Amino acid sequence: MTEWQWFVIDVLQALAAGLLVGGTYGLMCVGLGIIFGVMRVVNFAQGDFMMLGMYVAYYLVTGFGVLAFLGPYAAPIVGAALAGPVVFVIGTLLHRTLIARVTGARVVSAEAEGHYAQIILTLGVALVLANGGLILFGSQPVSVQNPLSRESWEVGLVLFNQARTVSFAIAVACAVGLYLFLTWSNLGRALRAAADNPIAAAYVGVDVDRAHRLAFGLGVGITAVAGGLIASTQSFQPYIGFDFVITMYAGVVLGGMGSILGAFWGGLTIGVVQQMSTLVLPYQLQNTAIFVVFLLIVFFRPQGMFGRVWERT
Amino acid sequence: MAGPGSSLRRSYLAIGAFAGAFLLVGVLVRNAYYQQIMTLVLLWATMGLSWNMLSGYSGLVSFGHAAFFGLGGYTTTIAFVKLGITPWLGIPLGMVVGVLAGIVIGITTFRLRGHYFALSILAYPLAMLFVFEWLGYQEVTLPMMREAPALYAQFSDQRIYTTLALALVVACMVVSLHVERSRFGMSLLAIKQNEPAAEAAGIDTLKWKMRAIMLSAAIAAAAGGLYAVVLLVVTPQAMFGVSTSAQALIVALFGGVGVYWGPVIGAAVLVPLAETLHAELGHIVPGIQGVVYGLAIIGIILLAPDGIYWRIHDRLGARGSQAPGGAPALSPATPVPAAAKAPPAATASRAVSGPALLKLDGVARAFGGLKAVDGVSLTVAEGAIHGIIGPNGAGKTTLFNVINGFLPPDAGSIRLAGAEISGLRPHGVCRRGIGRTFQVARAFPRMTVLENVVVGAYAGALTDAEAADRALAALARVGLQHDALSVADGLTNNQLRRMELARALAPNPRLLLLDETLAGLGHEELEGLLRIIRQVNADGVTVVIIEHTMHAMVKLADTFSVLDHGKLIAEGPPAEVVRDPAVIEAYLGKKWVAHAKHNAQHPVA
Repeated sequence: MTEWQWFVIDVLQALAAGLLVGGTYGLMCVGLGIIFGVMRVVNFAQGDFMMLGMYVAYYLVTGFGVLAFLGPYAAPIVGAALAGPVVFVIGTLLHRTLIARVTGARVVSAEAEGHYAQIILTLGVALVLANGGLILFGSQPVSVQNPLSRESWEVGLVLFNQARTVSFAIAVACAVGLYLFLTWSNLGRALRAAADNPIAAAYVGVDVDRAHRLAFGLGVGITAVAGGLIASTQSFQPYIGFDFVITMYAGVVLGGMGSILGAFWGGLTIGVVQQMSTLVLPYQLQNTAIFVVFLLIVFFRPQGMFGRVWERT
Repeated sequence: MAGPGSSLRRSYLAIGAFAGAFLLVGVLVRNAYYQQIMTLVLLWATMGLSWNMLSGYSGLVSFGHAAFFGLGGYTTTIAFVKLGITPWLGIPLGMVVGVLAGIVIGITTFRLRGHYFALSILAYPLAMLFVFEWLGYQEVTLPMMREAPALYAQFSDQRIYTTLALALVVACMVVSLHVERSRFGMSLLAIKQNEPAAEAAGIDTLKWKMRAIMLSAAIAAAAGGLYAVVLLVVTPQAMFGVSTSAQALIVALFGGVGVYWGPVIGAAVLVPLAETLHAELGHIVPGIQGVVYGLAIIGIILLAPDGIYWRIHDRLGARGSQAPGGAPALSPATPVPAAAKAPPAATASRAVSGPALLKLDGVARAFGGLKAVDGVSLTVAEGAIHGIIGPNGAGKTTLFNVINGFLPPDAGSIRLAGAEISGLRPHGVCRRGIGRTFQVARAFPRMTVLENVVVGAYAGALTDAEAADRALAALARVGLQHDALSVADGLTNNQLRRMELARALAPNPRLLLLDETLAGLGHEELEGLLRIIRQVNADGVTVVIIEHTMHAMVKLADTFSVLDHGKLIAEGPPAEVVRDPAVIEAYLGKKWVAHAKHNAQHPVA
């Protein structure tokens, strides 16, 4: 084969890897997108909830081996899925005790002041979670054992890692399920109403604080599932959350702040960008490529994606 | 009463006392470990001061100060290791690199607001972290120079490092103090409290923010350079990591935002606490430092969101001490230059036919498909009081926003005394002589009335003292001189409207744009404000006013321009315009037109 043909295969391979990784990134971004869309809160700790999801999956599948009875193939999937409800509970508790004090209908109208407190509070939560994670889980990198992560399906000359392909399918299924929930269920409608206009929603009987609590729990829970899926394809340590904060925000911003479906496409795109960047950039600069893309989006489309520059006078 | 001079001297004394006390303890402590903690307290205080310079004063929360810290540290280290340049030169070099990075980051990132700014600025140090790892600078140590250690800033006596760090902190505190007391600090404070209002009041917000980030970057880079010299090793994680940015923010927030004592207090409390816990328990609970910082920031945001300093200050404040973070100390007893003349009689429809001061030609502005202002051409005569009326959503406020530069027009030209002003930013428009007030009064809520107006006066004043004089004169014009030291947050609507008017008047504009200044006022208050507007007009200021209160407008304005759906539908003397069928239709609907015609033919005396 000629050099050019090899290059095409490399590109296809990177594209395939990007789409597979991007599926889980997409799900991760959907979680963040719900929180931002409903609560207008920038959750700095989102990456650390993802980290919690990874460790839940790790302890269930590999660490304590509670799920060993499911066999080596089903256990990582069930582990990732269970990370969702566990982190959902943690998230709603945290919302009730801390986050609700600086968010809610009362704060949504107070533009800058409210956001300032939120972003700093969630930074504090992020620091406590990451360093608390270091105390509880140790600094040694771990990963969820998954026999599929060493297997690949071959389509033509392009390889599809089996663990990542399964993760991709589950991520897409979760995102679709969530979309249906938000579109068709009463609870989902209440969430979207609280997102659109919290004050009007409160007038028509939506319990906005409850909607926010639900959104926060759901958001971190979904991101935790994505974390659980990633946990079987790469090793991680308690500080991994910080690496993913910008990745997630890049996806959410790309998809359009506040759009939940858009967040999935944004995350998918970020995955593709990350993997494609390895064609031209050294492996270590994958994340730098994401940050640069994030800054480029922000630089060239600030108004378009972030709404008005000047508020109403 | 304490003047600004003696208050500044007091601040210097306080800084000097702090430095002396710290130095004394520093000289007495022999233990190398405690010495290092003392040095770290000072370095983190410097980082906190750096963060405060940008974020504390201007309100733009930065999560990316590690970028400057890291560049300063790595520049110093690499210059030393690769080129043999002593840190005495390497640190200033690092500061230059830091300032350059500050310029790049400022230009790219200042177009964003709120949390978008915070997130974007976080991306810079993280991107740099991976770049430095990739370049192979995982762990760079500074070589020991045994021949001439002092030449390379290497000292066996830890106390010298503490002294160096102390000198750096004191320098940064003095710089911060002067920023706080000058128009620099006041402008940043105005940006923090209400950025659009600051722009409209003639403050070049971008210029001040750029200066703040450059100064802030220089300080952080110096701290980074000294950090490398003291610890003799740099790693990408330690220099560019999220924890570094977070720690700068946390010491400043914990100690007190927007005041130079804040970061010093924050670092003095948190750094020894975290270091001691780490030393005692670090081997059992490795992340204890981070947990301490995280809990500190959670606690402070819930219990005392502005930090310890302000908590204490507010407690003591009852005794009437002056805010050190505050503006130029001014006494309201200063003689008022402008003598209030008797206002002219309320004459409706004076014939004003001066030369054109403001001339709009085909001005258009759309939001998506909605044509908010659709090809408006109008002329405002010099010396006129020109009313702009129209139903809700007619595009009146949008027209003002286009004139004063908040929104660029899609088409058309806007000329002030013949010179094109479309395309200028609001502060530029303000400096050309157009002041404005807002539909919803935009005060700087935590400043006094006088400070609010001083901020407006900067646009026309060369010195800060001149600005203060002009502000007092403007307050006298609107009759607020006795409320000069009240905080804007507690004002009544009437006082707020007058204060906004004074802020717009302070730079001596040729043209005033008043957006529903009369809204929500009682009858007496309305008459009072009308008198002031007439007086201002009689003093030679042309006025364009948007108003719904037709009754007041007919008495006030010489000319009406009527907008509907973004188009100019009528123009002329008020008495004629209110009888125009097109105007009646726009306000009341078609069926009233016939009715009105009938009434016009058979007036009900």
